[in-house]
Amino acid sequence: MIDYIQPDYEVVRNKDLCIKCKVCVRQCANEVHQYDEKRDVLYADNSKCVNCHRCVTLCPAKALKIVKTDHCFKPSANYTTEIIKDIYRQADTGGVLLSSMGTPKDYPVYWDKMLINASQVTNPSIDPLREPMEIKTFLGRKPETVKYREDGSIEVEKFPNLELKTPIMFSAMSYGSISKNAHLSLARAAEQLGIFYNTGEGGLHEDLYKYSLNTIVQVASGRFGVHEDYLNAGQAIEIKIGQGAKPGIGGHLPGKKIGPEVSRTRMIPMGTDAISPAPHHDIYSIEDLRQLVFSLKEATNYKKPIIVKIAAVHNIAAIASGIARSGADIIAIDGIRGGTGAAPSRIRDNVGMPIELALAAVDTRLRDEGIRNNVGLVVAGSIRSSADVVKAIALGADAVYIGTPALLALGCHLCRSCHAGKCNWGIATQNPELVRRLNPDIGYKRLVNLVNAWSHEIMEMMGGMGINSIEALRGNRLMLRGIGLSEKELEILGIKHAGE
Amino acid sequence: MEIDAKGMHFSELDRLVKGNENDIIINNVMGQRYIAAGAKGKRIVINGIPGNALGAYLNDCFIEVNGNGQDALGDTMNAGTIVIHGNCGDTTGYGMRDGKIFIEGYAGYRVGIHMKQYGSHIPKIVVGGSAGAYLGEYQAGGIIVVLGIGSEDRKCLGDFTATGMHGGKIYVRSRFVPEDLPPQVDVHKVTDKSELAPLVREFCTYFPYDADILLSHDYFVLSPSDACIYKTMYCNRSI
Repeated sequence: MIDYIQPDYEVVRNKDLCIKCKVCVRQCANEVHQYDEKRDVLYADNSKCVNCHRCVTLCPAKALKIVKTDHCFKPSANYTTEIIKDIYRQADTGGVLLSSMGTPKDYPVYWDKMLINASQVTNPSIDPLREPMEIKTFLGRKPETVKYREDGSIEVEKFPNLELKTPIMFSAMSYGSISKNAHLSLARAAEQLGIFYNTGEGGLHEDLYKYSLNTIVQVASGRFGVHEDYLNAGQAIEIKIGQGAKPGIGGHLPGKKIGPEVSRTRMIPMGTDAISPAPHHDIYSIEDLRQLVFSLKEATNYKKPIIVKIAAVHNIAAIASGIARSGADIIAIDGIRGGTGAAPSRIRDNVGMPIELALAAVDTRLRDEGIRNNVGLVVAGSIRSSADVVKAIALGADAVYIGTPALLALGCHLCRSCHAGKCNWGIATQNPELVRRLNPDIGYKRLVNLVNAWSHEIMEMMGGMGINSIEALRGNRLMLRGIGLSEKELEILGIKHAGE
Repeated sequence: MEIDAKGMHFSELDRLVKGNENDIIINNVMGQRYIAAGAKGKRIVINGIPGNALGAYLNDCFIEVNGNGQDALGDTMNAGTIVIHGNCGDTTGYGMRDGKIFIEGYAGYRVGIHMKQYGSHIPKIVVGGSAGAYLGEYQAGGIIVVLGIGSEDRKCLGDFTATGMHGGKIYVRSRFVPEDLPPQVDVHKVTDKSELAPLVREFCTYFPYDADILLSHDYFVLSPSDACIYKTMYCNRSI
């Protein structure tokens, strides 16, 4: 059969610089680089290259670069190269197209269309290096009323809350979709940072129980690895309903990724598919969700906040209102640009909505209904920088989840090939040879650096606004102005346009 | 300890059940949910109708219900035994990974959905009567037995049995070969009853049936074939 698909990328080897050390051959799990001993020549099979930069980065002679091919179809704004190649692929295989990481499509990034305020003359800005600045965040249900006892002391009904030193947490990524060393790096970083990482739906590896104080455990439809110790290990339990990259679609870890350790952690035999479908067949309504929420609360003696994670979809505000009434303590919402270890391409690229609009709609709705304090609100789905965090909090979020930035900190180069399981950076793979490439001793420090840097930037921006407590920024939409947005977009975001 | 649950809120009942006493009789149960959720080391007799999610996340308890069970009974159960002297609702044994559930009568929809096994942890559900639609949906392990008592002259499995099944086994006592099964599920007449017999015998210790007679009848077993329906479903794309 003729292969219609030509490579997307080309490996360019500078023959003057190359010392033929063959590091590239050894490093590429995709087997792009080959050495022909007879001819003493190194050559590359471009068709296998995913543009992950592993060879480029490790080449000691700096002799390599990867370029986008200039080989092209006749240009068309309608039938683009991607569309044509996808049709070829599906005609070849009859398969559902599979991709990973966040959608590359150019949906509006509203973070980049909002500007943050700062103080000038009429109110003082604050220097966070020299003045106290509070970014500690309590996540969960807040008391509605404060009662005074006869002796004047205060009586407050307390609900289980998560205490974060900074309003940033690591998104749910399961052991199986990412490697043990990646999980270990996230867990250690969370411990050091005083925040939380999230196990995802793949259970918790026995070596990671010691990070329990900084762990959120997830319960999804497949219930992988859910047992007494697991539930008790988490400081919060997250019920996964949906994910921004694949709303309405569940998880499916293919059997080939289920080796001895993933098998033990997920508590399923080696080599069997791990299927976590989108529908929880015990949840068809808010009342049913309430039942699962309370069964988890009963099983853990009401000591842990319950998070319900959903994807941002059209009726998100009404759905979130229902969740806020279900007894859940925290709602996590994941937008369309969120990452994934594998998702059907068409769903990743077309289903859902940007997190900014979902967040604004949900926060507004919960406030209007007087139930905003019933729940903490966590947003995810492409929070790329500290500025995005500040904007999210000003729009009404309590905290954010970061996934892709955390993986980037660990060395991910966003080649979006996680689903192939051959991650050259040791992150999205279970191949022991590749996993070893990610050193958790270095990985966790890079994560700590990233979050510390962001936290400092958050304080700088808060200081600029004259705000010294993250509580005063939360839902403070007056600190935001839109730039280049329509009336409708401004209305949904609940902000004014720059200049107003 | 005896508890009179009449008019009692589920959270209060749960607190009493999880107290120090390990031998508990609960009378006048009327729909209280989550009884014994996450409990361990208890022996509980329930007189009345427990609500949804009885024995969810259960550890090594023995629970006997003199009445019907409702939905989500034994959800994500880890160990222990639940015996229902009556019928049972939907999603019984959801995601169960060990322990046993014995139901005297019939069971609702999606019984044994997502059941999983690992190593020596093999969950088991025995339904005395018939089972509703989607029995063993997404079943990944464990054993489900449907005895079809009272349904001898008709099919005792509902529609869409074993949809998405990719592990475990479903035994059914029936004269009729189960039909309309998904393509990845094989059905065979049972010749070796060594795995089945202990479950049927234990069932008969709780309920007034004769194990030898039940075991002398014809059984069929459903199990997934090697043909994985998912392998050929996807086509990798690197953009």
